[in-house]
Amino acid sequence: MHHPNLTSSVIFGLGFLYLVQLVMNFFWTIRSLKNDGHCRLPSLFGGAEVPVAMWWGLYTAVLAMLTIAHFTGYSSPDSFLIVLPDWFKGLVDVAVSDPKWFFTETVLVFGAIILLRRQLATDTAGWILLNASTVFLSLSLTDWDFRQIVGKPDNVPIVGMLFIVGFFTWLSFKKANENDSRLEQGLGPLEGEDNEKVLVWPDLVYTELIVMIGLTAFLFFWGVCLEAPLEEPASSVKTPNPSKAPWYFLGLQEMLVYYDPWLAGVVFPSTILGGMMALPYIDFNKKGNGYYTFNERKFAISVFLFGFLPLWVGMIVLGTFLRGPNWNMFGIYEYWDVHKLEALNNVNLSEYFWLYGLGVSMPVPDANGSFMSQVGTIVWRESPGIVLTLGYLFLLPSVMAMTIFRNFAFRMGFFRFMVFANLVLLMAALPAKMVLRWLFNLKYLVAIPEYFINI
Amino acid sequence: MSVGDYIRESQIWKSVFRHPAPYDRRNRVVVMLTNFFLHLHPVSIKQNGIALSYTWCMGGITFFLFLAETITGVLLMFYYRPTLEWAFNDILALRDVSTLGIMREIHRWGAHAMVITVWLHMYRVFLTGSYKPPREFNWVIGVILLKFTLLLSFTGYLLPWDQLAIWAITVGSNMARATPVLGSEGPGFQLLNVGGYDLITTASDARFLLLGSKFVGEETLNRFYILHCVAIPLAVAGLIAIHFWRVRKDGGISQPL
Ligand code: HEM
Repeated sequence: MHHPNLTSSVIFGLGFLYLVQLVMNFFWTIRSLKNDGHCRLPSLFGGAEVPVAMWWGLYTAVLAMLTIAHFTGYSSPDSFLIVLPDWFKGLVDVAVSDPKWFFTETVLVFGAIILLRRQLATDTAGWILLNASTVFLSLSLTDWDFRQIVGKPDNVPIVGMLFIVGFFTWLSFKKANENDSRLEQGLGPLEGEDNEKVLVWPDLVYTELIVMIGLTAFLFFWGVCLEAPLEEPASSVKTPNPSKAPWYFLGLQEMLVYYDPWLAGVVFPSTILGGMMALPYIDFNKKGNGYYTFNERKFAISVFLFGFLPLWVGMIVLGTFLRGPNWNMFGIYEYWDVHKLEALNNVNLSEYFWLYGLGVSMPVPDANGSFMSQVGTIVWRESPGIVLTLGYLFLLPSVMAMTIFRNFAFRMGFFRFMVFANLVLLMAALPAKMVLRWLFNLKYLVAIPEYFINI
Repeated sequence: MSVGDYIRESQIWKSVFRHPAPYDRRNRVVVMLTNFFLHLHPVSIKQNGIALSYTWCMGGITFFLFLAETITGVLLMFYYRPTLEWAFNDILALRDVSTLGIMREIHRWGAHAMVITVWLHMYRVFLTGSYKPPREFNWVIGVILLKFTLLLSFTGYLLPWDQLAIWAITVGSNMARATPVLGSEGPGFQLLNVGGYDLITTASDARFLLLGSKFVGEETLNRFYILHCVAIPLAVAGLIAIHFWRVRKDGGISQPL
C-alpha cells in the first residue's frame, strides 16, 4: 500500500509549526543579545569576538527560510525537498522498535537527567533541547506513518504531555540546582527569601482568575481545532487489532508482556497505589520539605523519578506509539503491518532447570493422585522458581538491611524497613523480569498454570 | 453619582456583598472572610505559596478542570441516553446536529488534561517534599484522588459506545478476571467453594461485579454511566473538599522551615 509522505496540506500546515518556532527563536535571539555575552570564532574564521546571539540569529534565519519554503512550495509535494532522509528513519526505527533498546534509552535519559542536572537544567541547554524536539517533531511529521500514530486525536495529548513533563522536570531541577548551591554555602533555600505575607485579594485571586480565563480559552481552542474521536459503532464480534486500553493505562498493559494479568493487572497496580500512600510514612528524611532540592534527597528523588519517567511515562509512550497489531513493536516511521512476525519461544525456569540443567524429564503430577500429592509434585516441579521468588521477597530485604541499606534499616526499624524493601523490590521486579526475558527468553519464574499462578 | 456607585449603593447589591468593594486594605480582608467561595482561602498568605514557579498552580488547574468537566458533563447529560439503542447515535448527533456539540470536545480534552495535570501536581508535591510531616495524610488523600481521576476517565471512555470505547474497556476490565481469589481466572479462586461447587465463576467474579455482565454490554454501560456521572464525581468532590481543608489545617502551602 502506498501512501504519500507529503501532501500540499501537510506542507502548508507545517509552515505554521515553523512559524511558531521562528517567532519563539526571534524573541530568544533578542534575549540572548541582552544576556549571553560574546564568544570567539575559531581562528579559521579570523577569531573575532561575536555575540552569542549571532548563532541564534542564524538559526532563526534558517527557520524563516523553512517557513517561507513551506508556505510557498506546497503546490508540488512530490518534489518538495524538506523531508527526513530514509537512512535517518531507518536508524531511529531500529533504535526504538525493540523494547530492550527503548527501555535502555529511557533509562539512559533518566541517568542523564540525574547526572548532568547541572549542565542540562540551564536556560540555554533547556532551550536547545526544546528546539531539538520541535525540529524533530516537525521533520517527523513529513512521514505518513508517523502522522498516523501521532495524529490520532487521543494521542495528541500524549505528545503535549511529553513536552510538559520535560519542561517541569527541567524547571524543578533548575530550582533544585540553585537551592543546592545556596545550601552548600550555608544559605537557606530561595523559597524562604523575601517570603513576606501578602493579601490573598488581590495577589492570589487575580492570578486564579487569569488562569481560569486562559484555560477556558485554551480548552475552547483545543476543542475547535481537534475533533473528539468517534469510531464505528461498538461491535462485540469485530476485535480491533491492536486492542488498547486507554492511554493512561498503557504502562499497565505493557506489563502484561512480562507478567500475567493477576500480577500486571491487579497486584502491581494495587501495590503502586498502596506504595504511594505509604511513601510519606517511609521517607524518614526530614530535609527538603517545602523547597526544591536534589542533593538533600538524592535517594528518594532518584527512585521516584525512575518510577515516573522510564517506568510510567516511558511505558505509556512505548504502549501508545510503538505497539502495533498483535502487540508487536513498530518503529515510529514504520507501517503497521498486520502480518509482521515475531518469533516467540520463551522458556520457563522449571524447564531450564529439569530439561536443560539436569537433563531429566519434568515431574508430572499424578492425575489420579490425591490433591495434596498433586500440589506436592507441582511445588517440587517449580521449586527453583519458588525458592528464587521467596528469596527475592523475604531473604533479600534482610541482606539489604545488613549491607547497602544498613543505615536505612537502622533508622527505619524492622517493620517500616520491610515495607520499604518490598516496595522497592516489587518496583524493580518489572525491569528485572524484562532483563531476564531479553537475556534468557525466560517466560515464567514459577509456572503453575493449573492454578493460574504464573510469576 | 456614577452608575457603578449607584449599583453598589443599592439595597440588592449590599444584601449580596454586605461590604464595600475591596479597594482598600480593610475591605480586601473582609471580602475573603464574608464571601463563601473566597473563604476557601486564608486572608493573607506567604508570597512563596502563590509563586507559580513553586506550585505550578497544578492543584488549582486540576480543580478548575474538574469544575469544567462537571459543567460540560452536565450539559452533555441533557443529550445523552446510556442505552445500546441511543448511546452511539446521541454522540453522533452531538457532532453533527447539536449546537452545544463542542461540549463533547471540551469534555474529552479536559479529561485528558486532568489526568496529566493531576500527575504533574503529584510530581510537584513530591519534588518540593510537601508530603513530609505534617502533610502526610493529605498526600494519602491525594493518591486516592489520583485513582479516582483515572477511574473517572476510564468509566467515561465507554460512554460513546464505539469500537474505541468497548474494546478499551474490554482490555482494561479483563484484568479483573485475574484478581487473586475473587477472579474466575485468578490464583486461588478454587478456595471459595462450597461442597465442590465454585463460588467464583464468570458470572460472579470481580469482573462481573465491574461489568454487571459476562462481557461489556448494556448492563456495563448503565453501571459505568452511574459511576461516571454520579458516584465517582460525588466521591471526588467530597475528597477535594477534605483535601483543601487539610491544605489549610496543615499550615498552608509548604514552606522551608
Ligand atoms: C483531583 C485531584 C486534585 C486536586 C483538585 C488537588 C488540588 C490541590 C490544590 C488546589 C492544592 C493547593 C496547592 C497547589 O495548587 O499545588 C493542593 C495541595 C496539595 N495536594 Fe492536591 N490535588 C489533587 C490531587 C492530589 C494528588 C494526586 C496528590 C498526591 C499524590 C496531592 C497532594 C497534595 C498535597 C500533599 C498538597 C499540599 C502541598 C503543599 O502544601 O505544598 N493532591 N492540591
